[in-house]
Amino acid sequence: MTFAAILDLIKGDTQAERAVPRRGFTARLTVFTAAAMAFLAVFALALSFAAGRLADQWASELAQTSTLRIPATVDDPLVPLETALRVLQETPGVASARALDPDEQQALLEPWFGPDLPLATLPIPQLIEIVETEGGYDAAGLRARLAGEVPGAVLDDHTRWRDPLIAAASRVRLLGWIAIGLIAATIVAIVTLAAQAALAANAQVISVLRLVGATDTYIARAFVRRFTLRGIAGAALGTITGLAATFLLPTSDVAGGFLGGLRFPGVTALWLVLIPVLSGVAAFVATRWAALRTLKENS
Amino acid sequence: MIELHDVAYRYGGSALFAQVSLTLTPGSFHFLTGPSGAGKTTLLRLCYGDLQTSNGEVRLFDRPVQAMTRDEIAMMRRRVGVVHQDCAFIDHLSIAENIALPLTVAGRYDMLDNLTDLLGWVGLGRQANQLPSELSGGERQRAALARAVIMSPDVIIADEPTGNVDWEMSQRLLTLLIELNKMGKTIFIATHDLHLIRAAKSQVQARVLRLKSGQLVQAGADL
Repeated sequence: MTFAAILDLIKGDTQAERAVPRRGFTARLTVFTAAAMAFLAVFALALSFAAGRLADQWASELAQTSTLRIPATVDDPLVPLETALRVLQETPGVASARALDPDEQQALLEPWFGPDLPLATLPIPQLIEIVETEGGYDAAGLRARLAGEVPGAVLDDHTRWRDPLIAAASRVRLLGWIAIGLIAATIVAIVTLAAQAALAANAQVISVLRLVGATDTYIARAFVRRFTLRGIAGAALGTITGLAATFLLPTSDVAGGFLGGLRFPGVTALWLVLIPVLSGVAAFVATRWAALRTLKENS
Repeated sequence: MIELHDVAYRYGGSALFAQVSLTLTPGSFHFLTGPSGAGKTTLLRLCYGDLQTSNGEVRLFDRPVQAMTRDEIAMMRRRVGVVHQDCAFIDHLSIAENIALPLTVAGRYDMLDNLTDLLGWVGLGRQANQLPSELSGGERQRAALARAVIMSPDVIIADEPTGNVDWEMSQRLLTLLIELNKMGKTIFIATHDLHLIRAAKSQVQARVLRLKSGQLVQAGADL
């Protein structure tokens, strides 16, 4: 598509467009399809962004941290704790190590046992939060040393939790983009069919235009601009409706996180502007291709 | 201006006509007659590049049609005014807009000033804003003729232009075509109306061609 073609599209040719009747089922079909697809695209986009944010959040929150669990003992619990903290301080790659206080441990167990758990009277393992340096530590070496100095201590570097969660979130994000691709392909397919139907329905108009010396480009232009504008208008309507629908979803407090994440915070909202634009581009390409092909075949 | 050299056209496996040669010189007036199904309309369509020959060569304004691109044929068609028997129009446009269509397609908005004069010339001044469906057969024929000549083409090709009108109207249309011929336009009319041909021959020097049994011959003195 040349710059001149884009200018022509924006400028339009009133006379060329007047030759084709404005009304018809193809007009309604194109607007409806573009609106419906844009509505779905809003949710696919929101889903993709939410999954992306979740993956990033999990990756950043769990990355470079690990937990050391020291089993509860009947003897003085401070001895293994102090030993473990000393070992961690001496381990290269460990930035900091901090034993969780009773309140923090209580908060972790609260979802399962309630707020009235008498933590002090129960043999609860002591947890140590480890923050790694950028280079990380040698987990195998640390485990070997802990096995010798703090028997029963379990080092959890979160890998077995983090990787599947990030992979799952990444797949959801990928699915979102695949859905957007399918939506775009559907717009192209339906607009192509609608354009072909419009050309068939206006066979006499085309015949007359040919008779008076209209080129294929001139005839195609009469259809292309109209279909492009319908594609943009329909998609704009669908995008606005879709955006409004995301505000009707429960907030993250009520829905527990993911549904509430189907929003467009900050600059991500700018992506919504692209939906009508891309719908217009899809309609333009599909109609122009269908029109020129049909005109050539029917000559 | 328009030349056909040994042209053949096959349709459905059999030849509609073959070895047809014809030259339309500037300012000439030709009639094409022949029985129904002889291929008169096909021959006319070959003359303005709407069909391609099966054999032979068609030259329009000194250029072979076979060598032209689709856009070049469209541009060339602006120099040929065509009147169809069925007078197809764009139904939702007014008669004035339909007649002006060749100008708007060509972007010749400067020539739109002539539209009122042209409508008056074909006697459709009052019907300018009516839709094609609101016109009688004769009015549609005159509108089709006006549309064919609005670009001041070099050649006017008419296929049975008086097929759906009464004698009085056919004489009026003939008068318009003769006036155009006197202005230097080349006229090529397909018709089976012998009265029309005789009426024309009494006013202009017209050559009559007959398409019969796949051959194009000069019609005899019976006309």
